[in-house]
Order: sequence, then C-alpha cells, then structure tokens
Amino acid sequence: MSQSLEHSLTSWSGQALKHQNSWIDGIDARVRVVCSTLFALVVVSSHSFTPTLLGLFCAFLLVKASKLNIKRTLRRVVAMDLFMLTLICILPFTTPGDAMFTVFSLTASWQGLLHALLITVKANAVLLVLFSLVATMSASTLGHALAHLKVPDKLVHLMLFMVRYLDVISQEYKKMRRAMQARAFVLRTNRHTWKSIGYLFGMLLIRSVERAERISDAMKCRGFCGRYYLNDEMKIRSIDWIFAIVFISFLILLIGLNIDGLFK
Amino acid sequence: MHIVDGALSSPVLISGAVLSAIGVFIGLKKMDYDHLPLVGVLASVFFIASYIHLPLGFSSVHLIMNGLLGIILGWVAFPALLVALLLQVIFFGFGGLLVLGVNTLNIALPAVLIYYLCYKGVRNDSPKIAAIWGAVGGAGAIFITALMVAFALALSGESFVLAAKAVLPAHIPIMVIEGFVSYAAVYLIHTVKPEFISKGSN
Repeated sequence: MSQSLEHSLTSWSGQALKHQNSWIDGIDARVRVVCSTLFALVVVSSHSFTPTLLGLFCAFLLVKASKLNIKRTLRRVVAMDLFMLTLICILPFTTPGDAMFTVFSLTASWQGLLHALLITVKANAVLLVLFSLVATMSASTLGHALAHLKVPDKLVHLMLFMVRYLDVISQEYKKMRRAMQARAFVLRTNRHTWKSIGYLFGMLLIRSVERAERISDAMKCRGFCGRYYLNDEMKIRSIDWIFAIVFISFLILLIGLNIDGLFK
Repeated sequence: MHIVDGALSSPVLISGAVLSAIGVFIGLKKMDYDHLPLVGVLASVFFIASYIHLPLGFSSVHLIMNGLLGIILGWVAFPALLVALLLQVIFFGFGGLLVLGVNTLNIALPAVLIYYLCYKGVRNDSPKIAAIWGAVGGAGAIFITALMVAFALALSGESFVLAAKAVLPAHIPIMVIEGFVSYAAVYLIHTVKPEFISKGSN
C-alpha cells in the first residue's frame, strides 16, 4: 500500500496541474498570485461560518471555472482532509462547552465540533483557491510572477532550479529503487530496510552533488554569470483589472460579514 | 507534520512568519549565485526524500531528513526549505499558505541548530563516529521539530493542548527511523566521498 502511495507522489514533472484551458489561464499570473494570497488572509482570519462558507463556495466556483481535473484535485484535498478528521475527533473533547455526548466520562462539546469544522472549511477553501488560481500555471511562470512581485531574486532562482531538477532527481531515485527491487528488496520495518534506505539516500546526495557540479560547469561554459534574465514582459490588461476588482470586492464583502458577526 | 491553514492563532502565525523571514534573509545572505545549482539540487533531494514512505507496522511514515539538510547547508536550509514547502503547498496541497512561515520555522530552525551541534562531529575522521553524530543529528532534528510543532499548537489555544501532547510520542518512531537512516547515509558518504562533507558546507 505504501508503495503505490510513494509512486503516485514522486512523479512530478514540475508542470501545472492537468486541466483544460479556461479563461483563468488568460489572467495575469501576478494578479492570480496576489488574489489568492489576499483570499487566504481574509478567509483564515474570519471568525464565523458565513464568510468562510461563502469563501468555500467561491473556491468551488473557481475550481469549476478553471476546469481542473476533478478527480486529481479531490485526491489532493482528501489527503489533507484525512488529517483534519483526527482534528475533528480530538477538538470536541478538549474544548469546554455544551455537552454533545459523553464517552468514558469525557464530554464532547458542540463548540469544539464547530471549531474543528470551521478550521476544515477554511483550510479547504484556501487550498481549492490555490489549486485553481496558482497551481494551474506552470511552476516557472509562478517563479517569474514572484520575481515581478519583488520576491528576492535568489529565492526565485532557487525555486526555478528546484522546479527544473525535481524531476531529474526523482528519476534518479526511481532508477535506484528499481535496481533495489530487481534485487528483491522489499520495504519492511527493520534495521536492514533503514540501512538500505540510508545508503540509497546517501548515494542520491552524492550523485546529485556531482550533477550540480556538472550543471554549474556547463552553465558557465555557456556564459552563465550567476543569474537568469526574465525577458517576459508581464502586462496588466483590462480583463486582469476586471478580475482583480471583482475578486477584491468579494473579499471586502467577506470582511464586512465578519465585522457584522463581531457586533452581534 | 504540516500544520494546516486556520488552526493556529494569528500571533503564532505572525511571529512564525517574521522569524522565518529573518532566517531566510540570513540564509540568502550566506548563499551566493555560485552555489545556486548545488543548493537547488540538494533541496530537490530533500523534497524527494519526503516522499520516501517507510512502512511502520500497519501504517507508514515519511522521511523528513531536516537534520542532514542542516548539517550540509547550515543557514541556507531556511530558503531551501521555504521553497520546498511552498511548492508542496501549491502543487500537492500539504500544509497551508499562511502557515508557511510557521512550518518553515518548525523544520528549518532545528536544521540550523543541528548544524551548529553536529558540525564538528560529522567531520570526524572515523566514519563510525561521524555516522553516530549523523544519527544524533537526524533524530535530534525530528525531536526539536516535534517540540516546536507542539509548542505552536499549544500556544494557539487551550483546546489544542491535548493535540500538542500527542505530537511528541507520535514522533518517537520517526525519530528512531530517521536516526538509523541518517547513520547509514553519513557512513556511506564518508566511505564513498569523504571530501563531500567537508566541502558541502562552505
């Protein structure tokens, strides 16, 4: 079981989530990054259910609009929700409040359950918006957008390098794993497994450091003087303005709902 | 391991973000463009490591390896882990956007502490002794990480205290596994390519 999980996750080619083209792809990358960050800020700092549920609803709309592959998206969200399930199990017992039911003289409270549900809704809303607005662009576009948003240059460079080499390293890793499997190595809970995985990891480190040296030599050969140049001109067009204005007015509505909730 | 959005209180989120930003700033200062390929490739290795799931009884755990990363990269672990976590959030949905600061701090600060703690030991001439220091670093980093996760949860509200108390015992098996794996990894590097450990840090 653990093996199938492992392989579904290591195969990442640094590409955007699989999806059909939609109007969201036409919107400027910077606008999408800024909008989803603001969305996360507003939703996470909300106190009541109305704005967060509205946010979740908006997230669903965006997922629909960006034509994400529903099955893949769900798989990612479910992975997180399994974690949330433990939270939903624990929080009712640890939060004082009106009793819902009692198990072994432990009382589950409604307040705790609501709190756990609120966290679940928030986390899901933020993730879905991220998936539909940001994960639909390729990772290198994201890097360029961040660079245009004045994120430190070195950080962006690091990200671009990582995006490029994740796939290479994961192939290297799979190759070594296949070689181990060919020699009938099976993962178990024992010291032999841990030792072998440790050796695998050490070898992976050595090979990748050697690869890094080759990369950097090859890049210097081609006149790399320490930095990439971002040649793409990102221009804000009218559709970007419209999207940004609509999105931000929606966020202001959410903030307004929060303030109303505070005074009740 | 990854804390999700919405769980932590805002003071914890903000202080985590500020401290991580300081760490990332120091890390970026220490890293020049010449080291970029090396750091990028190493960060990718640790990204891949977090997808190696080892069976543990009926469930499985994944490696974190922040101890070894710290030993190799030092302060540069901060930017490397920030980028890795950002990519994980956006493309896999692990963790959350606003807790990125806290999550980075929880994983990168132990890495830096281990760097100072095990720097000398791992560079010992005897592979056995170096490997033992590697194991201490691997297990120790997980221990500190678990402590910090528990701390962040406990500070966020009374109702999380139980969850915080559960974090530490839950990480003990990971500590043991990570200790053994780090031992083997350092031992191998020492026998195969001893110059790597002394060189990788500068």
